[in-house]
This record gives sequence, C-alpha cells and structure tokens, in this order.
Amino acid sequence: MSARAGKQSILLDPVPFVASAAAVAGPLEGQGPLKGDFDLVYGDLRAGQKSFEAAERKMLQEACSLALEKGSFSLEQIDYFISGDLLNQITVSGYSAAALGRPYFGLYGACSTLALALSWGGILVAGGFAGSALAATASHHCSAERQFRYPTEYGFQRPEQAQWTVTGAAAAVISAAGGSPGITAITTGKVVDLGEKDSFSLGAAMAPAAASTLLMHFADLERNPDYYDLIVTGDLGRVGSQLLLALLSRSGYYPEQRYSDCGLMIYNPHFHEIGAGGSGCACSGVVVLGHLLRRMRQGELHKVLVVSTGALHSTTTLAQGESIPAVAHAVALEM
Amino acid sequence: MASSPEELKISVAEYRRLAAGEKPAPLLLRNALTAFVSGGAICLLGQAIQNSYIAFGFPPAEAANPTVVTVIFLASLLTGLGLFDRLAGFTGAGTAVPVTGFANSLTAASLEFKKEGLVLGVGAKIFSLAGSVLLFGVVTAFVVGLFSALF
Repeated sequence: MSARAGKQSILLDPVPFVASAAAVAGPLEGQGPLKGDFDLVYGDLRAGQKSFEAAERKMLQEACSLALEKGSFSLEQIDYFISGDLLNQITVSGYSAAALGRPYFGLYGACSTLALALSWGGILVAGGFAGSALAATASHHCSAERQFRYPTEYGFQRPEQAQWTVTGAAAAVISAAGGSPGITAITTGKVVDLGEKDSFSLGAAMAPAAASTLLMHFADLERNPDYYDLIVTGDLGRVGSQLLLALLSRSGYYPEQRYSDCGLMIYNPHFHEIGAGGSGCACSGVVVLGHLLRRMRQGELHKVLVVSTGALHSTTTLAQGESIPAVAHAVALEM
Repeated sequence: MASSPEELKISVAEYRRLAAGEKPAPLLLRNALTAFVSGGAICLLGQAIQNSYIAFGFPPAEAANPTVVTVIFLASLLTGLGLFDRLAGFTGAGTAVPVTGFANSLTAASLEFKKEGLVLGVGAKIFSLAGSVLLFGVVTAFVVGLFSALF
C-alpha cells in the first residue's frame, strides 16, 4: 500500500517498474557524448516532415512505438498515455495521443514533464488503476525557439547563460509486472518564483525550485544525498547547477560528488552555440531514459534521483513584465 | 509574485544577488570589437559594390539604391541557406545594425511563417521583428523632416 511521506512525497508500494523505455534524438544530440545511448538519431532536424512541429510529433510517436516494441508490449496493454511538451496547448502530445488511440492524460510541466509523467504513471500503476502506462515527452530546438524567442533563422548573439533546447523524444512503459528499475518514491514540487525575469536565464529561474524539491525530498523521506548514487537535475545548465549547489549548502547539503545535470551531459562542450547547456523536455527525457537507464541496467548505478525542472512562463507573461515561476519534480529510480 | 519558500532559507533579494554573481558577464569588449570589424567589413563590401555600379555607368548619386538592394539580397540569401544566424552569433551588432540585420529579420520571419499561409502567415507576420524599426523609423523621419522644413 502506497503511503504519503512527509509534506510532499509518496512512497510507492507495490513498486511500479520502468519496464521498457526508448529515446530518440536530433542531429546535434546525436553528435554528443551520449549518442550511443539513443535508440534512433535523426540526421535531419525536420525528420522528413514539412514543419518542425510535425517533426517533433514524429519523434514522440517514434519513441512511443520503440518503447512498446522493446518491451514487447501491444498498444492494447497500455491503459493510459501520459504526455506533455513545450508547444502551446501541448499539441505534440495531443496529436500523438490521437494517433495512439489510448486514454490520455495531457500534462504541462514545461521541462519538468519527464518527472511529472513518471510520477503520474507511477501513481496510476501503484494505485492499481492501470496495469501499464506509457509516459512520454518531447521537445524540438526549432519549434521551441520559434515559440519562445525568435524565428529560427533570425541572427542574434546568445548570452553565455542561454541554453539550447534539446531536439528529441523519450517514452517509458511503466508497468506493475516486472522489469527494472522501480519507481520507489516521488516528491511533487511547489511552484517557486524568486523574481528572475530574464528568459535567457532559465537556469537561475529554476534552481530555487530544484533546491526546494530536493530539500523537501530529503526531509520527507529522512534521506540525505548519500542515499543515491546519482542525483540528476533536468536542465539547470552551468549557471543553474552552481546556484542549486549554493542553495543546498545553506541547509548543510553538499552533494557535489554525486550530482550532475542532464543539460551538462548531453552536448559536446566545444559546441559554442550550446551556451550554458541543454534544456527542454527532451533534455532529461533522453538523458534519463536513454543514458542513465542503460547505466542502471548495466549495474553502474543502483539508486538515481531524477529532478526534472521546468519554467512555467509564457511569452505573454514575460512581455507583460512578470517574473518566471518554476517547478521541479523528483522521482527516485532504484534497481 | 516573487516570494521564497521557508525551506530555501534565502530571501528574494539575497537570491537576486547570488544569481547576479553566478551569471557570466557579457563580453562587452570582445563583442564591440567583432561588431566593429564585421560591421566595417560589410560597409567596405557595400562600398566596393557601389563603386562597381558607378563603374558600370550608374550616376554616383543614384548608385546607393542598387547597392542596398544587393546587400539585402546577399543577407536574405545567407538567411535562406541557414548561414546568417550562425554568422550573426559571432558578429552581433556588426550584422544587426547595417541593412543586413533588417533583411535577415524579414527573411527569417517569412521563412518561419510560410507554413501558415501567404496572407495570414507571410503577409501578417513578415514584420513581426522589423515592424518597430519601420514604425519608429517613419515617425522619426517625419518629425525630423518637419523640423528641417520649418527651420
């Protein structure tokens, strides 16, 4: 029987499993250090489609069918499709849900979507409301750039702290029966806004949310960072990661040795355009479900805490002078 | 509304100071130098084009018009080939301030919104970036023109 732990966490019991997962990535990600961990790398940003938005949908659907295929799941076994993305009205997810034809929970958590979808999948399966659920997310550099900033071919100098939206998609089948790792605990974050207004400084906007969720996770479950082999945030980038560590140190936590950020793992550091690191739904999506899952299954990592971070602003709120609210959700994966 | 949750043990003002310290300072000197050199190079190219038009028989007073059109064409071509944005990442104001930046903003917007149709896409959104340059340019020109006519 699952139990509420502390103020913001749930210990899942019976433990739901990540029975199968897949990650697909775009061309730049496919040249990065994690290229071997992706199930499919697209050589073309359009993935053969007529628009970047259509390419993003294709990537999400490809990740879903690969995740099903790898675990020998049929579509009928999937009780729920749980997905979210960055585009207005989460159309990538909605259109993909139409193609899949399964009952659909659409989520908006910006770049925190991976942990949010894994949380919901875990709750549904552990609660006995679903045998298997398909949790997925996607992002595309060009569609996000166009929606949140400028047309893709517009030339401007990106500030050093700006991040690069990851092109790709990831999907996981969460199932009651077998597989590994298990989703043992989740901590749902509060929305935190410390007044950052610069849309090129999302790392700085999201670091307090990540710190809040981590501190609540440690307090709720009476754990400290040493419990995990790796604590990984979604897309804080170089600036946000440093700020997170500074915030955690105020409460006496120094997880430097076992901490990393997906945005700092995915690209070759010498791609200067990347700025302070990767970002986007697919950032923690493909790093966790592609790279980290492989390392867990090979026995290199046993306990991993995934903290996906999302900025919940829109171009309208920013233009009207509002600051950027952010959220982070934590999911504990254990072998 | 900005407010800090209890567990963070930091005030909004304190976090603002902490975050400002972590953000890398913009490389003003480097950016100014690359803008100076690249902007200067574009002007030099423009001058060379203008001189060739004069050599081809354009009256010197009118050679500026085909020169601007040529530079606009080159910037739009580079935008369409997907090269302008990479170039501008280095050159910054060097390519943004001359007519190249204006051409790029129009071409980039038309390419982007072409998929939304000719009328409501390209037609309505081509000036999404350059619109304020046009509006305030025209207003400024009008005011300056008024003053020059009056005095």
